[in-house]
Amino acid sequence: MRISCPHCGERGSEEFLFRGAADPRRPAAGAAAEAWHEYVHLRDNPAGPYNELWQHQHGCRRWLVVTRDTTTHRIFSVADAALREGVS
Amino acid sequence: MSYSFLRIAREALRGGAGWGRAWRDPAPKPHYDAIIVGGGGHGLATAYYLAKEHGLTNVAVLERGWIGSGNAGRNTTIIRSNYLLPGNEPFYEHSMKLWEGLEQDLNFNTMVSQRGVLNLFHSDATRDAAARRGNAMRLHGVDAELLDTEAVRAFVPVIDFDNARFPIKGGLLQRRGGTARHDAVVWGYARAADRRGVDIIQNCEVTGIRVEQGRVVAVETTRGPIGAGKVGLACAGHSSRVAAMAGLRLPIESHVLQAFVSEGIKPMIDTVVTFGAGHFYISQSDKGGLVFGGDIDGYNSYAQRGNMPLVEDVAEACVALLPQTSRLRMLRSWGGVMDMSMDGSPIIDRTPVEGLYLNAGWCYGGFKATPASGWCFAHTIARDEAHALNAAMRLDRFATGAVIDEKGAGAQPNLH
Repeated sequence: MRISCPHCGERGSEEFLFRGAADPRRPAAGAAAEAWHEYVHLRDNPAGPYNELWQHQHGCRRWLVVTRDTTTHRIFSVADAALREGVS
Repeated sequence: MSYSFLRIAREALRGGAGWGRAWRDPAPKPHYDAIIVGGGGHGLATAYYLAKEHGLTNVAVLERGWIGSGNAGRNTTIIRSNYLLPGNEPFYEHSMKLWEGLEQDLNFNTMVSQRGVLNLFHSDATRDAAARRGNAMRLHGVDAELLDTEAVRAFVPVIDFDNARFPIKGGLLQRRGGTARHDAVVWGYARAADRRGVDIIQNCEVTGIRVEQGRVVAVETTRGPIGAGKVGLACAGHSSRVAAMAGLRLPIESHVLQAFVSEGIKPMIDTVVTFGAGHFYISQSDKGGLVFGGDIDGYNSYAQRGNMPLVEDVAEACVALLPQTSRLRMLRSWGGVMDMSMDGSPIIDRTPVEGLYLNAGWCYGGFKATPASGWCFAHTIARDEAHALNAAMRLDRFATGAVIDEKGAGAQPNLH
């Protein structure tokens, strides 16, 4: 599998570190335990397109949001994670 | 039809004309007392123990493909009970005891071979960890021996003792561990369950779970709706997808794990060895092929095939432990889809939906657990409460904090 880093171009997946689901957002510090449980543990785990966090560990070290099909490994889009809405 | 020496002799004289199919191929009935979704080892074992231990015989096992098409045929066949934590160890030891009597119980040759499982260590710290694990096992009445370098050399002389980076400082040996023939395990359970009246329905995919007023009443399938008093899910790899049909969201990610076999060679390694330097385990099949595996690929996957970087990683570990394998050809590799749970341990529990039960989250340790998983899941379904052996394997442990984190890796499924 090859991932097109928006900063470095297309690279082999072994240059990247996988972190997991990109969509869960960290709850506020004082949020209820249930919200933390959901954030830390529960996942949609779809068979199909999935938004994931990858870090270009052996490249530019930027965190990326990769939208990838978990059944075919086809990658639909790659964007710098800092450009997501609601992230400063 | 019972299998026996006399029967084999008789069939040999008759040209094998009397061998029939090992289990029936029934059409689904409109209603069952219990339906097990997933005809892998765990689902078939559940149905078998429901019939044998709890007298429940109006039971169906629904399998999307055919028996043996999933992870039951995609593992490295290792059986062991060398766990550390009290929530795990008695359960896996129960499984080992069931393995020890499985062939007589099922009247099927599952080729259980107690050839030993040896976990190598390479430093003072990993020796301490192995000693702690061995002590935990012995406190639960399970056999464990701490071997020093010389004892390892006597037990398995074939490995490389001159590795400069990862010298062999010893190993933790469970002599009762070993291997079993993975296909025979599902075939044996399927046949034994069928003989007790369980319907095994292949090529029947569950497409929906019908819940009325908080209670499960039926499953929708590619062969029509089937009513059910109780439904047990045993479809690890795809647990999230099936549980979502009943509105559940699980603490699970699906990842792919590869397994490999080399060309057949003369007897070389007569036990199971794990290399503590990375994550690598190897044994030799009766046909002579080396059977080995390593880590999961590391990112979510429902594809039953793995990536090349992991093939390279596993091959490097193999050659580091056994340099003489460097010119062996790799014959085949498989990818199996694993339920990676958030603490690396499984779930056998009731669910918030009445009459719906969950058996999931086996990570890549499901094969050895097959007998106890079915035994405990059957108990949980029949009695509507967990047995003491699976009492810690709760679905709500992630919310309450009572996790069973054997490796101490935290809620990061690709690190377990």
